[in-house]
Amino acid sequence: MNGSREKILGCIREALKTAAHPPEPGGKPLPSPAPAPPQFRQWLPRVGESFEEQCQLFASNAAMLRAVFERVPSAAAAAEKINQIARAEQWEKIATHRHPLLDEVLQRVEVARLYTDNKYALEELEACPAAVTACEALVAQTGSVLVSSHACGGRAVSILPPHHLVVASASQMAPDLLSAFAIVRQKYEGHYPSMLSFITGPSRTGDIERILVLGAHGPKQLTIILVG
Amino acid sequence: MSTSAQIFRQNATRWAGDVEHRHRIEKALRGYEIKRDEYKGRFQSWAEARRAAAAVKFEVINHLDKYLEQFVKNIEARGAKVFWASDAREAREYILQVARDNKAQFIIKSKSMTTEEIHLNEALQEAGFEVFESDLGEFIVQLREEPPYHIVFPAMHLTRGQISDVFQKKLQAEPVQDPEALTMIARRLMRQKFCRADMGISGVNFGVAETGMISITENEGNARLTTALPRIHVAVMGIEKLVRSMDDLALFLPMLATAGAGQHLTCYNTLYGGPRLAGESDGPVQFHLVLLDNGRTRILADSEQRDALHCIRCGACLNVCPIFRNIGGHAYGVTYQGPIGSVITPHLRGLLEYKHLPFASSLCGACTETCPVGIDLAHHLLQNRRNAVAQKPPLLDKILFFGFKLLMKKPWLYRFGMGMARLLQPLHELIKGTALDPMRPWTKTRQTPKFARKSFRAWWQARNPQS
Amino acid sequence: MKITLFIPCFIDQFYPEVGVSVVKVLEKLGHEVEYPAGQTCCGQPAFNSGLWAEAREVAAHALDVFEGADVIVTPSGSCGAMMRVFYPKLFEGTPRHQQACRLAAKVYEFSEFLVKKLGVTDIGASFSGRATFHDGCHGLREMGIRDEPRQLLKNVRGLELVELDPPEVCCGFGGTFAVKYPMISSAMGESKCEAVVATGADYLISLDSSCLMHIQGLLEKQGRKVRCLHLAEVLAANL
Repeated sequence: MNGSREKILGCIREALKTAAHPPEPGGKPLPSPAPAPPQFRQWLPRVGESFEEQCQLFASNAAMLRAVFERVPSAAAAAEKINQIARAEQWEKIATHRHPLLDEVLQRVEVARLYTDNKYALEELEACPAAVTACEALVAQTGSVLVSSHACGGRAVSILPPHHLVVASASQMAPDLLSAFAIVRQKYEGHYPSMLSFITGPSRTGDIERILVLGAHGPKQLTIILVG
Repeated sequence: MSTSAQIFRQNATRWAGDVEHRHRIEKALRGYEIKRDEYKGRFQSWAEARRAAAAVKFEVINHLDKYLEQFVKNIEARGAKVFWASDAREAREYILQVARDNKAQFIIKSKSMTTEEIHLNEALQEAGFEVFESDLGEFIVQLREEPPYHIVFPAMHLTRGQISDVFQKKLQAEPVQDPEALTMIARRLMRQKFCRADMGISGVNFGVAETGMISITENEGNARLTTALPRIHVAVMGIEKLVRSMDDLALFLPMLATAGAGQHLTCYNTLYGGPRLAGESDGPVQFHLVLLDNGRTRILADSEQRDALHCIRCGACLNVCPIFRNIGGHAYGVTYQGPIGSVITPHLRGLLEYKHLPFASSLCGACTETCPVGIDLAHHLLQNRRNAVAQKPPLLDKILFFGFKLLMKKPWLYRFGMGMARLLQPLHELIKGTALDPMRPWTKTRQTPKFARKSFRAWWQARNPQS
Repeated sequence: MKITLFIPCFIDQFYPEVGVSVVKVLEKLGHEVEYPAGQTCCGQPAFNSGLWAEAREVAAHALDVFEGADVIVTPSGSCGAMMRVFYPKLFEGTPRHQQACRLAAKVYEFSEFLVKKLGVTDIGASFSGRATFHDGCHGLREMGIRDEPRQLLKNVRGLELVELDPPEVCCGFGGTFAVKYPMISSAMGESKCEAVVATGADYLISLDSSCLMHIQGLLEKQGRKVRCLHLAEVLAANL
């Protein structure tokens, strides 16, 4: 049933009986042992320590990625923002899921909803012009939104509707990918969701003459609202 | 000369002469270079990040059995079915069986070079399944019935006009040429296919040993859709594609994006840990992971070239390779183009059949310089050349270099030989460029240098009579 | 310090003025130069063709010729790389490995020698004209030589140096590659010629006469007037 497992492992073990010389990129020997991940921070792009610096970095990344990033002081203000967008884009129905912050925000939003927490009809999701979801974290270093299949409405809600709107709280701002993984590990170790996705801007392609086009298959618009 | 070598020579010659194609590729890659350098510059130290990435890969590859066992144990614990395929045939047969068992008529794929490598699409289609490539570039070349041009940018050789033509011809689309309009045509079409598909097939960029997850890197969102909507997900992964932990991805994801696409991070980087869990509202109910050897253990056994398994398939070496830029991706005639292809194809598919690939290089070393995981690509090309010669000495070269060796070991013979050549050069002028000219490969496009009237050693001897 | 010259075979036969220029510059700087007459070739053509046994025989001869040298200077990044980087690999596992490593440690490319070993960037050279510079790949990537020629050229009075765009791209010579895959080699060379002509330079300077032989060959065939010169010739021109 599992195929050639023993054969392949046997070939591997046989091959590894002969030691290999490590390559020397740039003419310098490799660090040995291989660096532990916290060391990566010294070489990856710098991230500021304070929340304000991280917010600034996230904002400038979002702008570069053509994602919309708005900071609002409260859940009520977030709801107001969403209502504005809903009117402008004439949303009749949005896809969303249960979540304390979302529930608080959406109680003031007057658009019909499809909840994707439990079994739902795909055609209904496909017909939604927008999805409003929570997230697991925001990543300042890259301008990314981390979603999971457990706490953000499943796998499809954040990728199928053409406008994905994320509501995050200030405490969810993580400086970098390593911190985001630490958050995931702390929350889910031993029972990780089946999908974790870093979303970095609206969907895009450069496959035609290397010209950037947004909304290739995933959402054409990504809006991130940071509350607090 | 093997058949592959002959075909390569013909194609390479043809493409190298296509100046318009060369300019188009150079223009496309210039844009990538500018962005790549910008994001490399954002790293506090790209050079150190590169050495760290190489060190992590070196550790994993040199303990591959241990990390694979850990990875498989963890992913199986989350409900994945793992199939170990020693070659392409085993991989294809397993996937065909999964499709049959589940009556998966309609199959959607996200971009996967391993599925190209094992010629999966043809096998599925021959068996009566409908297969659709969802990545825009792959979709376009699938319509045109040609292989991908580049491992990361499958359609970079095409103009919008050519893409419009094939859309009109095969999809009865409107005659639009605007890239956005063309993309929207594909988006609308694919959307229906995502919703209808019974099975989604993806590749894998990284396998995470610590948590038993696979990581997929993309920009379009088609892999997210391929793995969200159909009820079965099949992922095909080369056995070497492991990292130790999720945290390693904090290094590898930005490096893959920067080196491969000139982006600081691609749009979607997604970790999948198996089929949907209890309590999750959607996602595939079955998840199959096909681990592919198909010659990789042969590379592993070559301790000199083992680091070729560090490869994260970023395509950076293709992008900087002056040969690739001049002959393009199709001339190679194999799944993996460019420098990495010329290093691994002899191992994966036969040294003697494919030795022309490492020989078709000026050994400029740009590939080694750019590789984010420290593969000594240019030197491996030299080693492949040596290995090919050792396996089957090429008669003509053996004769030529026997003469060369004699000449160069005996200074008096060298002087005599050069003296003769100097005398004969005027004769060569008469036949230069004609069919009789032994230097024709040179003289067809270039002037030949002239023997100096007085060689350096003659000048030195005249000045320093005692030595 | 006695300087031992290694003058590659193609410079010896086709471009002796390059060797003459090297001698002129080194002697102007007050150094004693020697030239062992038994030298022929570094063996790279055989090495690149995969015939390492034949290459070893030729290289062994070079090891013997240069055994007594303190320091070996060669006006070629390509041959310099062969001796410094590839000789140790070529002789690995053979009785001459130590000898090869000893030689490798003594080898310098000409511009690298002036700048790094002698600490000289201004030799009082002058040369009038607009020039651009081609980095030969072996010198650039195997030996790490990038700044040294530029530092020397910066101090050449009357010389206007313009950089190539794009920079650091292979010219397509690649040794036997030039005749094994002539169409690819020429296509790469043509791209290089386009870049050279676009700078408006009258001269193309390089550390490698092998690259120049290929580029000059193409330029002449195209009827272009750009003249190719080795760095040593520029430095020595008006000394």
